Amino acid sequence: MKYAILINHNKEARDAWQSFSAAQRSEGYAAHQSLHDDLENSGEMVAAEALADPSNAKRVLVSAGSVSTTDGPFDQSEHLAGIYLIDVENVERAVEYAARIPEAAFGLVEVRPVLGASGADM
Amino acid sequence: MITARDIEDLLRELAPRVLAVLARQHGDFGACEDAVQEALLAAALQWPQEGVPANPQGWLTTVAYRRRTEVQRSELARRRREHTAALLEPPTGDTTPPDRDDTLTLLMLCCHPSLTRSSQVALTLRAVGGLTTGEIARAFLVPESTIGQRITRAKARIKASGAEFQPPPQDQIPARMAAVMEVLYLIFNEGYTASSGSDLHRVELTAEAIRLTRQLHQRLPEDGEAAGLLALMLLTDARRPGRTGPDGALVPLAEQDRSRWDAKAIAEGLSLVTSTLARHTIGPYQLQAAIAAVHDEAPSAAETDWPQILGLYDLLDAMAPGPMVTLGRAVALAMVHGPQEGLRHLAEVDHDPALADHHRLLAVRAHLLELAGDHQAAREQYALAARRTLSTPEQRYLNSRTS
Repeated sequence: MKYAILINHNKEARDAWQSFSAAQRSEGYAAHQSLHDDLENSGEMVAAEALADPSNAKRVLVSAGSVSTTDGPFDQSEHLAGIYLIDVENVERAVEYAARIPEAAFGLVEVRPVLGASGADM
Repeated sequence: MITARDIEDLLRELAPRVLAVLARQHGDFGACEDAVQEALLAAALQWPQEGVPANPQGWLTTVAYRRRTEVQRSELARRRREHTAALLEPPTGDTTPPDRDDTLTLLMLCCHPSLTRSSQVALTLRAVGGLTTGEIARAFLVPESTIGQRITRAKARIKASGAEFQPPPQDQIPARMAAVMEVLYLIFNEGYTASSGSDLHRVELTAEAIRLTRQLHQRLPEDGEAAGLLALMLLTDARRPGRTGPDGALVPLAEQDRSRWDAKAIAEGLSLVTSTLARHTIGPYQLQAAIAAVHDEAPSAAETDWPQILGLYDLLDAMAPGPMVTLGRAVALAMVHGPQEGLRHLAEVDHDPALADHHRLLAVRAHLLELAGDHQAAREQYALAARRTLSTPEQRYLNSRTS
């Protein structure tokens, strides 16, 4: 069963991160690294990426066949900062992994099932 | 003229036998399994060029054995130990036919209780199915390294558990066989997608599950549930050509063009289920196969023998109750006694935590409301079900019912 672990950021989390000492930050990076390693070793990793700051984002609008873009950042209280895509036995296992993400301390980590291609007869 | 496809089929047929010979003689299942994979790879490269050897199984066994010895030798060298003479002795009996139970032993080892389901699935497909790690990874849409790691870990766990290449103790066999069948059914269901495009680079998991279940049935002709599982897969897979519309959307059973169903698979499934029900102790797979058979036998949806399906669900409910049985039975009740009766039954069970808010419950309720003529309520339930489902084709189908 595949799950996406979505890591959101908000102002509170960003401020906290900036107030961290070097040691605290290393601890945060290390938590992500060890999660990454464990997922690789257990054969449960599908993909993991951190996203650049939303100031680097472009919103794409197609209107009457022409494409226009707006540069970020956009007015939003939360933004997606990173994603783990994992393939695990059940949702409990996914939550167990999600709980190891430092951002979970701010309640900003979300576990979401991925839609599969197989389906029952209707 | 032998084609690459013939060679592939032959290799995959021989893979578990070669592994059995090697593992029985040398122990260390994990290392033997690696060696067999390398021998299969060598054969896949050489045979199309040089032709299939006169004794393909002997060829594979010899190559795998050499590879196994080389690895063992370098391991020993690393530990600065002397080579043992025993290692250099060629394997005996590489041309004798293996015991008929070898594939079973292999299946039961791959479904060892110390492994997670997904590891059992991956290991079964590689060690018994003869698939490569890359093929398994593509079938499950995950990176190759992920499946590789899963298999490595699974083999390490089997080793740590002390399990050997031999049948488990008698008292553990029923549980192990149940796990084997569950794994095979899981592989089947994983492959039972609505996609109509034939991706040549993706292994058909349904076909692979059927192939392995057929092997299981051949080795255990007296096991009613193995026959039942094979029949269930055949009777379900037979409907696949009618299951997807030209636009790729899921077509519900009642609206499928039955002339597109696979008559040969249906005939085989029917004959299996008929003979097993007559001869063996009845079990859940046989009952599910019997239900599939009633659907497949009906010339049209309207001519479906719903009273018979309801009777089968009653038996299934008594023998192996579960949320999906409850829902199937509710549909059968509705078809026999009217949609209100089905809805009443759903109302009785919708507090069950396994069912509450489950998208299948919502979808069934929507369907029954539709049959009862309450279109507004049906649309609402379809919309809810579409939001709750975890399957893309189901979501698309359920959304289509809301308009």
